[in-house]
Amino acid sequence: MTPRSPETPHELSFGHELPPEDSAAPSKGTIRVLQLYPRDMNIYGDWGNALVLAQRLRWHGYTPELLEYNVGDPFPADVDLIVGGGGQDSGQLVIQDDLLSRESILKQLADAGTPMLVICGLYQLFGKFFKTRLGSVLPGIGILDVETHGTDERLIGNVTVSSPEFGSILGYENHSGQTTLGPGVEPLGTTAKGTGNNSTDGQEGARYRNIVASYLHGSLLPKNPALADFLIRTAVERKYGSFTPGTPDDSYAVLAREHAARRPR
Amino acid sequence: MLYFSVPLGKLVRRVSRLRGGGSALPGLVVEKIDPGFMRRTLSTLPLGVAVVSGTNGKTTTTKMVVELLESQGLKVFTNRTGSNFTRGVAAALLGEVDWRGRLDADVAVLELDEAHAVHFVNKVPPRYSLLLNVLRDQLDRFGEIDKTAELLQHIASKTTGTVVLNREDPRVARIAQTLDGPEVLYFGLDDSLLSTFPNDDDMRAAPGSPVPPAPARPAADVVLRRVGADDADFEYDGATVTTAMKLRGVYNIFNAAAALTLARGVSGARGTGTDQAGLLTALSKVAPAFGRGESLVVDGLPLELVLVKNPSGFRLGLKSFPAAGYATMIAINDNYADGRDMSWLWDVEFDTLRDGGVDQLTGSRAYDMALRLQYDDVAIGAVDTEIAPALAAFIRGGQGKPKRIFCTYTAMLAIRRELSKITTVEVVS
Repeated sequence: MTPRSPETPHELSFGHELPPEDSAAPSKGTIRVLQLYPRDMNIYGDWGNALVLAQRLRWHGYTPELLEYNVGDPFPADVDLIVGGGGQDSGQLVIQDDLLSRESILKQLADAGTPMLVICGLYQLFGKFFKTRLGSVLPGIGILDVETHGTDERLIGNVTVSSPEFGSILGYENHSGQTTLGPGVEPLGTTAKGTGNNSTDGQEGARYRNIVASYLHGSLLPKNPALADFLIRTAVERKYGSFTPGTPDDSYAVLAREHAARRPR
Repeated sequence: MLYFSVPLGKLVRRVSRLRGGGSALPGLVVEKIDPGFMRRTLSTLPLGVAVVSGTNGKTTTTKMVVELLESQGLKVFTNRTGSNFTRGVAAALLGEVDWRGRLDADVAVLELDEAHAVHFVNKVPPRYSLLLNVLRDQLDRFGEIDKTAELLQHIASKTTGTVVLNREDPRVARIAQTLDGPEVLYFGLDDSLLSTFPNDDDMRAAPGSPVPPAPARPAADVVLRRVGADDADFEYDGATVTTAMKLRGVYNIFNAAAALTLARGVSGARGTGTDQAGLLTALSKVAPAFGRGESLVVDGLPLELVLVKNPSGFRLGLKSFPAAGYATMIAINDNYADGRDMSWLWDVEFDTLRDGGVDQLTGSRAYDMALRLQYDDVAIGAVDTEIAPALAAFIRGGQGKPKRIFCTYTAMLAIRRELSKITTVEVVS
């Protein structure tokens, strides 16, 4: 971690920095990417998803502006894309009340079609509720028609999902909450390897409007550039009307996918 | 009491050694037929048992504590071979006791994996415990880091004498509030060094954002004040001493403060005074344990192996061993002992490697590492998932340069095996 001076812009901070921009080409536009609760929901490489969105925006010729929202912050205006991550139980408790207080703004953004990626802990809290093993109910913000029940069983390991929209999706799951989908959402895909949402129905993740919700870490976006580019394309089209892709070099992603797919559960 | 359990266990140990077998089987045998063996044997030690646990740095710290106590003329029993689980301790004990089950030692210093330590302290309550840190490590085994902190808390709660805690790791320091029996001692860092040791919460604690203010910290028994190129300053008993250090890497040297705190506690309990000069001399001579920044010689130039197993450790490794002038290789495996989840690579920043690039990548997840470096704009030489040819190519290509390899645990074992064919590598049983 590079030591930062106090005057470093708040927008690029939170312990991680983007590599310096080195393109001389004029930018096709700016996309504001908001990280939800990076301070408290940060445990499984969630920075990887934010970094991939920012770098790929550059590789497609756009300028990323990375923002963050933590407990108690004012909610930034003009957000184009939202990414939020997993957290351990203590992190989820810390953000719980704050997230509920942001229910209406997040709902508005979701219903307006803002692309969002929510992983693991925030996937659960974007749902209707999380009922713990002991029976207490933590309310979610209900954007996703899903419910989650805590269990004693921890679902851990490599996962391959086959998705009608994105082809095969590779990742790693590590959760004890089991999620079931209601009629208001579609699954992201079905598991070819691993467990996914729960140990019974073979589904993984959820899709609603432009929200992608998933249990998968890995981080998810680096090895699944099709997912990353869906979020980017959607954000750019909503803001600028059309998206002109660049030519990112995905040869390492292709090889990393091939090798990851061969690894044991 | 079962009079034949020790001779039988020793016999199994001999036979399994002849067969070249693992170190745990004799421990398993003696545990099965004589469950009280370990507690009975260890309870005879005049200065008791000290347990060293935490997610990072146990092996080197245990080695330091042992060498520091030996400098005080104490006979120390330890589980040197890295068998850091209960059966491994029983097996190591069998190697040391005489045929009647007596252990000739003053004190036992045991490195215990945090999950296994819980079982151990239930059987054998230690007089001392040293709890190093809770860094994100092998989450697929334990689930979550708060769970790991609970395991360490349990070790502390079973400790009868003194608990030594890392003042700068909030999850470890917090354990003090839960204790009412044992004495608590801290080891700590000078304020100027705090930023070098981001814990998993500080990783995102950015200047300019509303981070909760650091609470006032309790006084520490030993404080690491400064780390130089080959020396360090420690403060204790109200004075600052400078000592040469063979250990490399700031995190190793912080663990030296931990080892000093525990060794001072154990040695002080004898009531005969501590030989301070002897302690410092011993500290200056401690060499790193297996793979913890150890330096080998290849083609007349140093080749350093740096074990990386979690984001904080990898970040500290990159910070402790600057890349300039070195050829660099990274070896990432995803076997069970390494952790299967690659997410952790995304929480490490590789900007310090941007100037010189990385010459070679290897390991079963070499392409995950390549992808990670691509997103940090770090240039990559060659990628080969097979370790032997990758290492050969790295050594060929890096002629005339000192070399450094960052590697996960099982990748390090494979690299040492390959290196032992061309240079002298310490054999670890």
